[in-house]
Amino acid sequence: MKRIRTVLLPPALAIVFAALLCAVALVISGDSPLTALGAMITQVGEGTTAVDIINSGAIYYVAALAVAIGFQMKLFNIGIEGQFRLAACVAAIVGGALVLPPVIHTIVIILVAAAVGALWAGIAALLKAYRGVSEVISTIMLNFIATGLIAFLIRRDTFGLLQGNNISTAPIPESGRFPGISLGSSGTIFGMVFVAALLGVGYWYMLGRTRFGFELRASGESPTAATAGGVDARRMVIIALLLSGAVAGLVGIPELVGRDFAYTLTSPQGYGFTGIAVALLGRNHPVGIALGALLWAFLDKSALALDNVGVPREIVLIMQGSVVLSVVVAYEIVRRYELAAEQRRVSAQLRAVPVPEQQEVRS
Amino acid sequence: MPESEFAVELAGITKRFPGVVANDDIALRVRRGQVHAICGENGAGKSTLMKILYGIQQPDEGTISVDGAVVGFRSPSDAIKAGIGMVHQHFMLADNLTVAENILLGAEALHGIGGGARKRIAELAHVVGLETDPGVLVESLGVADRQRVEIVKVLYRGARTIILDEPTSVLVPQEVDELFDTVRGMRAEGFTFLFISHKLDEVRAIADQITVIRRGTSVGTADPRTVTTRQLAEMMVGSELPSPQTRESTVTDREVLRVEGLELAGDGGGRPLLAGVDLVVHAGEVLGIAGVEGNGQTELVEAIMGIRRAGGTVVVGGRDVSRASTLARREAGIGYIPEDRTRYGLLATQPLWANRMLGYQSRPPVARGGFLGLLDRGAARRDTERIIAEFDVRTPGPDVAAAALSGGNQQKLVVGRELSGDPVLLIASHPTRGVDVGAQAGIWDVLARARARGLAVLLISADLDELIGLSDSIKVMFRGRLVADADPSTVTPEQLGSAMTGAAMTGAAMTGAAGTGTATTDAGATGRHRRAHPGQGAR
Amino acid sequence: MTATAARPTVSPPASRRRVPGWARTMLVVAAGLVILSVTATLTGQLQLTSRGTTQAAVLLLLPILFAGLGGLWAERAGVVNIGLEGMMILGTWGAAWAGYQWGPWAAVLGGLIFGALGGLLHAVATVTFTVNHIVSGVAITLLGLGVTKYLSTLLFLPVSQNPRQSPRVEGFDTYSVQPLSDGLAAVEAEQRVLLSDVAGILGGLVSGLTPLVVLGFALVPISYLVLWRTRFGLRLRSTGENPVAAESLGVAVVTYKYIAVVASGALAGLGGAALTLNPGQLGYLEGQTGGRGYIGLAAMIFGNWRPGGLLAGSALFGYVDGVQLRAGGEAVHALLYGATILAAALAVLWVARRQWRPAVVALVAGAVVYGLYQTIDTVPREFAAYAPQLVTLLVLAVASQRLRPPAAVGEEYRKGEGD
Repeated sequence: MKRIRTVLLPPALAIVFAALLCAVALVISGDSPLTALGAMITQVGEGTTAVDIINSGAIYYVAALAVAIGFQMKLFNIGIEGQFRLAACVAAIVGGALVLPPVIHTIVIILVAAAVGALWAGIAALLKAYRGVSEVISTIMLNFIATGLIAFLIRRDTFGLLQGNNISTAPIPESGRFPGISLGSSGTIFGMVFVAALLGVGYWYMLGRTRFGFELRASGESPTAATAGGVDARRMVIIALLLSGAVAGLVGIPELVGRDFAYTLTSPQGYGFTGIAVALLGRNHPVGIALGALLWAFLDKSALALDNVGVPREIVLIMQGSVVLSVVVAYEIVRRYELAAEQRRVSAQLRAVPVPEQQEVRS
Repeated sequence: MPESEFAVELAGITKRFPGVVANDDIALRVRRGQVHAICGENGAGKSTLMKILYGIQQPDEGTISVDGAVVGFRSPSDAIKAGIGMVHQHFMLADNLTVAENILLGAEALHGIGGGARKRIAELAHVVGLETDPGVLVESLGVADRQRVEIVKVLYRGARTIILDEPTSVLVPQEVDELFDTVRGMRAEGFTFLFISHKLDEVRAIADQITVIRRGTSVGTADPRTVTTRQLAEMMVGSELPSPQTRESTVTDREVLRVEGLELAGDGGGRPLLAGVDLVVHAGEVLGIAGVEGNGQTELVEAIMGIRRAGGTVVVGGRDVSRASTLARREAGIGYIPEDRTRYGLLATQPLWANRMLGYQSRPPVARGGFLGLLDRGAARRDTERIIAEFDVRTPGPDVAAAALSGGNQQKLVVGRELSGDPVLLIASHPTRGVDVGAQAGIWDVLARARARGLAVLLISADLDELIGLSDSIKVMFRGRLVADADPSTVTPEQLGSAMTGAAMTGAAMTGAAGTGTATTDAGATGRHRRAHPGQGAR
Repeated sequence: MTATAARPTVSPPASRRRVPGWARTMLVVAAGLVILSVTATLTGQLQLTSRGTTQAAVLLLLPILFAGLGGLWAERAGVVNIGLEGMMILGTWGAAWAGYQWGPWAAVLGGLIFGALGGLLHAVATVTFTVNHIVSGVAITLLGLGVTKYLSTLLFLPVSQNPRQSPRVEGFDTYSVQPLSDGLAAVEAEQRVLLSDVAGILGGLVSGLTPLVVLGFALVPISYLVLWRTRFGLRLRSTGENPVAAESLGVAVVTYKYIAVVASGALAGLGGAALTLNPGQLGYLEGQTGGRGYIGLAAMIFGNWRPGGLLAGSALFGYVDGVQLRAGGEAVHALLYGATILAAALAVLWVARRQWRPAVVALVAGAVVYGLYQTIDTVPREFAAYAPQLVTLLVLAVASQRLRPPAAVGEEYRKGEGD
C-alpha cells in the first residue's frame, strides 16, 4: 500500500501542479481554463480520438520503455529519436525491397528495425564502455547524424522514389503489413499495440525476475556495490544500451506497418523526447509508464480540440514540459519524506522490543 | 576582563537522533594551554560532541562556554570566530586545488589571496613542519603532509583551541612522533588541544588530562600520569574488555588460497601499489594482514576479488582464477566482507532480501538458473530470514530497506550473506569497523566458529587487538609488499606497530619475510631501514 | 579524498613538457595553420583558409563558445547542465522578442535574461531539490521548447504571420579593425603559399565583427581571471571540488551553486542571442539551435574544463561548421585530406615518444580517412550539414580519457551531510 502511494503520489502532485500552471497561463492570455479542459475531455468521445489515443499511447509506451531500460542504470539514452527514425527508415527500405510470405515478412521488418536501433545505440555503447564518452552527448550527436543519414538514404538516387509530391521509400506490400482491429468509424487500433503491451510485460518480468534485471538496477543504484557483487560494469553498459536501442527501433514500427507502409521525410518524429518525458513521469515502472503514455497521448490529441475553442494549442507543450520537471521534483520531496518516515518507523519498532541498549552512532 | 582558566567548557550537552541518544548530559572542562584527550569506543559519541563544539550540529540541551562566556554556534564560522579550529578525521581537502587554495578557502578576507596570504602561510607552515610548496596540488601530498595542511588551515584562521579528531589513525609511528612534537611545541606557545582518540597508549603519552565518554555520556576524568591503560579501557567499556580469543589451532595442510607474484602498477607511473605479493592461506587458518592504511591492503583485496586486474596468479581451492571475473571468483567459493559496507556491500534503498541476492545472483538458492537467468525471490527471502535469525540481525523483517538498519546490524547481515554460499575462503576487510561493541563480539564469534569448521580467512584490520586475537599468523604489509611475519601468540601491538612502518624487525615474535627475497630496503623509505635477517626470529 | 584511503607520497607527475603552456598552445596553433594551408594548396580548396570562411566560422563558433562557457561555470560549481540547449532556445526567443522591438542591444539583454531564468529553474531543481542533474536538464530543454513555441504563437504569429519565426530583428553593424583588415586582405589576394592562408584566417578574425563577438572572446580570459584569480572564483570552484569541505570552512555552498548555474543559463542565453543576431540569418527560427548547446558541452570536455581549451574546442567545431556552410561538400571533402595529414603528424609524434599503440591507431585511422577521401569526390550535402556533430563524436572518442573534471561534479549535494 505504501509503495503504491510512493509511486502514484508524485505524478499526481505533478499533474495537478502543472495543470494549475497552465490554467494561470491561460487566464493571463485571456482564455478560460475550464473551457479548454471541457473541450479536451469531450473530444475523447468524438470521432477517432479514443483510438488515436490508444495508438499513440502505445508508441509512446515503447519509447518510454526504451528510455527506462537505460534509466535503470543511470544511463541516459537521449538517442531514442535518432535510433527509432533510422530504424524505421531502414526497415521500410528493406520491407519494400523484399518479397516474402505474409507473417514472415512482417517479422523480418520488425527484427530489422530492432537490429538497426541496437546498432545505432551500440555506437554510443562502445564509446561509453571503452572510451568513457558520456552517452548523453554521444547519443545526441548520433541523433543529428541519423537525420543526415536518413536524408541521404531517402534521396532519389539512393533508395527513394517519387510518390506524388513526396519522396518516400518503396511501399511495403500487403505481406509485410500488420493488420489492426477495426472499430468502424471509431478508427483502427494498430496490431502493434498488443506487441507494445507484451513488451511491457517482458520489461516488468526482466526487471524483477531475472539476473540481468537485478544487475541492471544494482548498477544504477550503487556501481561500486554492484562491482563487488560480481557485476561486470562494462558488459552491463553495452547490453543495456543495445537493448534500449533495440526497443527504440520498434517505436516507429506501429505506424510503419499499420498505417503508412513507407518512410518519408515527413514521417513522424519527436517520439524520442516524448519517451524520455513519459519514462520520467512513470518513474521507470511498467504500469506507471503506461498511464503516463496515455496521459501524454490525451494531451497531444487535445491540440485540435483547443484549436476549435480558440486556445493556442501550444499550451499543451507547456503542460507537458512542466509536468516533467515537477514530477522529478515531486519524487525527490516524497522520497525524502518516506525515507525519514521509514527510519523513524524502524527505530520505533526496534525500541518496542526489549533489548539491551544498543549504542549505534556514526562517530 | 579576567580570562577564564578554561578555554572550553561544555555542560549538560545532550543530542538526540532518530532512534538513538548520541550525547547524554556530557560535561567537559578544558584548561587553557592543555592537551585534553577525549577517549571512548567507536560509537560512544565523541565525534558528535566535537561536531557540536565546532558548530556543525546544535545541541538539544546544554551550554558551551568559550573563555568563560556562553556561546551559541550556528555554524562552523561562529566556532572559527571564537577561536576554535577542527582537524577532521577524514580530511576536508580538495585534491584539485593547491595547498594554498585549500588553506585560504573561506578566509580570503584575512590576508587576501596574494602575497600577504602566501607570507602568512609560509610562517604557519614552518610552525607545523610543512615543507612542500604551497602552489602544489593537494592530490600529490602524502597523508602526514595533508594533516599538516589541515592544521595550518585552522591556524590561519586564528584558532587558539584546536580539536584533533583521531589524528593518528592514518599515521605510521614515526609520523605520530612528529605530530606529538609539533603539538608539544604549540602547547608551549599557549595553544589548547582537544585530542580525540581511542588509542590509549598514545593518549597517555601526549595528554595532560583525559575525559572518558561511554555510551554518550561522560563517565569521568583521569590523570594520564597515574592511570593505567587497562583502567582507562575499563572506564571506556564499563566492564571486562572484550577481546577475540581463538584457542586451539585448527590450521590444516590444505591450501585454499595461493597468491603468487601479485603486481599492480601505480597510477601515473608512480610507486607500484602491489610489488610482488605472495601468500598462502590454509583451510581452518586465519591469516591477518597488518599495516597502516594506504600500503596496499585495499588493492590486495581488490586484486584477489578481481575488481582490479593485477599481474601474477591467484589460485582458490585449486582453481586458477587469475583471469576470471569477480563473479566467477565468487562462484569458486570466495566470500567478501568489504571494508566499506555502504559503498561496496549493500544497496541502501533495496530490501534486505534483495541485498541477499547481491553477489549470489548466479547461484542457488537465489538463482533458478536457465537461459533467462531467473531469480527465486521466495528462496532469497527465506534465506534472508535464516540469516536474520542466525546472525541476530535486529530488524523488523526482511522487507526493510538496508539503509534503515544500524551499522552493526548491516554488517551482521553482510557477514551472514557472505558465509551463506558455503565459501572456502572468506576475505574480511575491517569486518568490525564502525560497529558497536556488541555486534563486534558477535562477528568475532562467527568468524571463530567458521574457522573451526575449516574456513580459510584472510583478515585485514587496523585494529591490532582484533588481528592478534583472531589470527593464526600475521603478515605485515608495507608499501605494496609483505615485509614481515609475526606470531600472534607472542607479538605485542607495539612490535607490530613498529613493523608496520617498515622499521627493523627485531624481537622474538617477528621474522623478516624470508625466502621470497623481498628486499626490504626501499630507496624512498624512512631511511632507518635495515635488511631483515631470516632466522632472527628463531626461538 | 578521505585520509583513511590515502596513498603514500606520490612524486608529482614528471613534467612531460619543458615548454610552458602558452608556448605549447602557439605551437599547436601554428601546426594547425600549416596543415590547413597545405591542405588548401594541395586540394585547390582555397576556401578553407579564406576570410569569408573564417568569418562564418567565427559567427558559428560564437554560440558554441557561449554554451561551453555556460557549461564551464556550472560544472566548476559541481552542477551538470544538460539543459544548456533549452536555455539557449529560451535565449534565442528572448533575444528576438526584445530585438525586434528595441534593437540589437536589447536583444542581447533579452537573450541573457531568458537564459538566466532557465538557469534559475535548473538551480532550484538540482540544488534545492537535489534532482538528478541530467534529468533536470532534459526536462528544462523540453520545457524550453514548449514555452518558446507557445510564446511564439502568442506573440510572433500576429506580427510575422509565421508561428515558427520572429519578425525581422535588427542586427548589429559589423565593423573591421582597420588598417589591419585591409592590409591582410591585400596579402590574401596575392595567393602566396602559407602567407596568404594565414592572412586569410587572420583577416577573418578582424573583420565583420560585432560587439557580441568581442564579448564572447573577452569572456574567455575574463572567466579564467574570475574563476582562478579571485576569492569569489576560488569559493565557486571549491563547491565543485569538495562541497563538504567548503561548507565546513564557512563557504555558502548553496549560494555559489545558484550563482554559477544562473550564470550558466545567462551565458547559454547569450549564445541564443548570438544565433538570433547572426548577420547571415537574423531573427528567431524554430529549431535554429541545432544541438549547439550540447556541442558547447563537448567543447568544454575537449577543453578539459578550462576556458582556453574550451575556446580551442569551439574554434574547431565552429570552423567545420563554417566550412560546410560556406564552401559546401567539396570543401568538407578536402578536410578529409587535412585529417589524413593530421593523423600522419600525430603518428610521427607518438612514435617519437615511443607510444606505439596510439601511433598505430593514428596510422590506421589516417589510412581509412585517406581511402575515404579517394573514393568519394565530395561529401554529400546531407552529411556535410552534420559534419560538426561528427567531428564532436570523434574528438570525444579520442580525447575523453585523459581528462580532469571537477571532482564533485554531478554529485547531489545536501547541506550538513559532512562525514
